[in-house]
Amino acid sequence: MAFPLILFYVFGAVLLASALAVILVRNPVHAALFLVLAFVTAAALWLLLYAEFLAITLVLVYVGAVMVLFLFVVMMLDINLDRLREGFWGNLPLAAGVGILMAAEMVLLLLRGSDPVTSPGAPPAGFSNTKALGQVLYTDYVFAFELAAIVLLVAIVAAIALTLRTRKETKYQDPSAQLAVKASDRLKIVKGMGE
Amino acid sequence: MIPLNHFLVLGALLFAIGVVGIFMNRKNLIVLLMAIELMLLAVNLNFIAFSHFLGDSAGQVFVFFILTVAAAESAIGLAILVALFRNLRSINVDDLGTLKG
Repeated sequence: MAFPLILFYVFGAVLLASALAVILVRNPVHAALFLVLAFVTAAALWLLLYAEFLAITLVLVYVGAVMVLFLFVVMMLDINLDRLREGFWGNLPLAAGVGILMAAEMVLLLLRGSDPVTSPGAPPAGFSNTKALGQVLYTDYVFAFELAAIVLLVAIVAAIALTLRTRKETKYQDPSAQLAVKASDRLKIVKGMGE
Repeated sequence: MIPLNHFLVLGALLFAIGVVGIFMNRKNLIVLLMAIELMLLAVNLNFIAFSHFLGDSAGQVFVFFILTVAAAESAIGLAILVALFRNLRSINVDDLGTLKG
């Protein structure tokens, strides 16, 4: 058996095991950490397919940003786990039925192919995956690239707008009220008592 | 070398695990979001495998955009989750019946 095939089976087994752990473990913090393992293993599989740029992006952006966000939220919330796990195993027959049926259908269809497509092999020496990707991204797909930027901007604005709140108990200054104030609002002149 | 079938079967199994996760964690919003991430990962794996075996980098560009949209989706999803928890003190899907839908 060739060495890349052994690597594929090892990473595939780790990926499937960690994916199962994500959906089955009780503690959401552990689930998030298993999801990190799944992403790192998937990045290794993408490296086997010579997609270096996306493999690094998956680790840096997904594990580095999105999963840390997940972990922050999971650790911030004080969750009642017992209520969330009610009837968890009761869903198993339906879930396993649908899952096994779906997986069996797809796997049977994919394994039916009489003539397995073999890999075109490694790209030639000196080939840069990042350069090739950048060349199509900034020419053929530049409009979609701009749209992706807008999607990210909307996501930033939406996430801030959803979670921003003014606390009632904290004191804060209102600059427009400060600027609009008049002397008569603050100072009241009364007749002196001594006259 | 590794044939294409292997990657597609792995992607199919990963996608099925994501679906099973959605069925089983019907009450836990956080794990529901994680199961969606698993399904997106399976789709991305298929895209990259096809891209490599076709020798066409369009598939990798697609994965790039899917990663962008998935990051935006999980950021907004988690923001909604935080806003929800602040109001209800719970992330149980059964408690989200205010609209009586």
